[in-house]
Amino acid sequence: MERGVVADFFFRISDSDLWYSFWHTPIAVGSAALSLILIVGAGFAPFIAPFNPFDLATLDLLDSNLPPTWQVGGDPRYWLGTDDQGRDILSAVLYGSRISLLVGFASVALSLVVGVGLGLVSGYMGGRVDAIIMRIADVQLSFPAILIALLVDGVVRNIMPKEVHEELALYVIIFAIAISGWVQYARTVRSSVMAEKVKEYVQAGQVIGLGAWAIMWRHILPNILGPVFVIATLHLALAIITEATLSFLGVGLPPTTPSLGTLIRIGNEYLFSGEWWITIFPGAALVLIALSVNLFGDWLRDAINPKLL
Amino acid sequence: MISFIVKRLLQSALVMLSVAFIAFALFRFVGDPVANMVGQDTSTEERIQIRKALGLDDPVYIQFLNFTKNAVQGEFGNSFTLRVPVSGLMAQRFPATLELSLISAILALALGVPMGVYTAIHRKTLLSKAFMTISLMGVSLPTFLIGILLILIFGVVLRWLPTFGRGDVVDLGWWSTGLLTASGLKAIILPAITLGIFQMTLIMRLVRAEMMEVLRTDFIKFGRARGLSDRSLQFRHALKNTLIPVITITGLQVGSIIAFAIITESVFQWPGMGLLFIQAIGNADIPIMAAYLVLIAFIFVVINLVVDILYFVVDPRLRSSSESGSE
Repeated sequence: MERGVVADFFFRISDSDLWYSFWHTPIAVGSAALSLILIVGAGFAPFIAPFNPFDLATLDLLDSNLPPTWQVGGDPRYWLGTDDQGRDILSAVLYGSRISLLVGFASVALSLVVGVGLGLVSGYMGGRVDAIIMRIADVQLSFPAILIALLVDGVVRNIMPKEVHEELALYVIIFAIAISGWVQYARTVRSSVMAEKVKEYVQAGQVIGLGAWAIMWRHILPNILGPVFVIATLHLALAIITEATLSFLGVGLPPTTPSLGTLIRIGNEYLFSGEWWITIFPGAALVLIALSVNLFGDWLRDAINPKLL
Repeated sequence: MISFIVKRLLQSALVMLSVAFIAFALFRFVGDPVANMVGQDTSTEERIQIRKALGLDDPVYIQFLNFTKNAVQGEFGNSFTLRVPVSGLMAQRFPATLELSLISAILALALGVPMGVYTAIHRKTLLSKAFMTISLMGVSLPTFLIGILLILIFGVVLRWLPTFGRGDVVDLGWWSTGLLTASGLKAIILPAITLGIFQMTLIMRLVRAEMMEVLRTDFIKFGRARGLSDRSLQFRHALKNTLIPVITITGLQVGSIIAFAIITESVFQWPGMGLLFIQAIGNADIPIMAAYLVLIAFIFVVINLVVDILYFVVDPRLRSSSESGSE
């Protein structure tokens, strides 16, 4: 029993059922490894990418629209070819993935905080507060999330002057996607809280005079985090796809901070003239990210709570 | 029953009212409506007159009342960029969106239900695994990427099918249809597949899950004990019980098809309402945005209301629980 705190922490993880299930499910290990590689690759894009696609000084229009290396006319410097501005596609994809993942993680985090907070309050307080929050959730749930994100983004973009929006586009899209996704967290947390709050440890807390906030955050929350993590993982894939879709439609991120969706939008104009690589490589990166995160999320859902849909 | 419907109606009215308010706020407070409507060379007096004519000097609640009154009659003013009434534009674009949505819904049902039934009954076969893989792809492949891939394969490489527009359209007076000409039919194939794939995977997964659930229940076991054939059990008994939730979800999905049509229409330059809306966002054409917002909310509210009431009628358990006062 003389282990340190850190060692104890790792022992508890490696001793858990989840850990065992993880290492005995090839799909889980594979998708986790792939996700990790993609996330690290995107995160360290400035160090890994052969070129900096935003550095205008290094761009040469003579290098524009070059096919991938293995095709006729390919240039060995540009493995996946170049776009209309002479940007290296591989570098653009790495930088674009970084922005896509950033938007994904940030909007999931915001959604999670808002959703879990409202769900806790709703489930624990009950009564009128609960009724109001759940009514709003019901209304929002009757519209598809992507439509809400599109509307929020479209409305905010028209309220702001153009220059302001160019600068804030990243935050606007994070906000729009986060707003469209909080309901699922709130509903799940609410129902878990309602099941937890009649248990003895909560009553014990109330008896010794703990405040509502302390009981909600310190005692109930840690017990209901399992399903929240499952939702967050699956939501991450959805958020990345939503961002790509909005950017593709031209209401997301501008070409100055191109995400994968923006790159696909730019490349789409060259599809008919045969320059397929400008679109297909960012598209493939997007699918790989979404697929690996989805597969991992599917495993997590089955491992933590098979009943959760 | 009556009280349930009244409650749902009130709730729907509230949703519509809040959407109408957002649309109104958009119209009234984003930029100056007068400046958006007139050209550069309009004098100040004329501007003031237009302001008066539009009632922009009235108190805000009266303006909102007028806006709502007009909206109920389908009147949203003129488009800022196209200078024609929005109601006409919408009416002109509506058939394209509806035809696309219906064809893809039919496609999704016609493929999704059999695939779901098959994968539920034969869980271990190769074909089942292939279907499940397709469904996973359907979830992970964004709609717009499916469209781009289809364009690349069938439009650019093989050159079999048109990749943009609606083809030739037959005007029936109140409805313009692309389903009666060869070029119109060819033009709808790729967009309909693009829009339908996601719904298809959803329906397939749902049918599979429900079917497996029903196949585990006692009445199926009892039927088997009674000596009914597998075929009769699967199709006459299990499938029948599976279809109620499937119909509900499909009904609810009609709304989401119309929403996803925005993406498909953008990819294929399909001249529907969704494309109009996306262009309106880009051009800050607020009357079109407001009209689309109200129309789409209305469609959603009606669908949800109908599905809720149908559910209530179909499932007797819901009725008795609300009558005993637990609702």
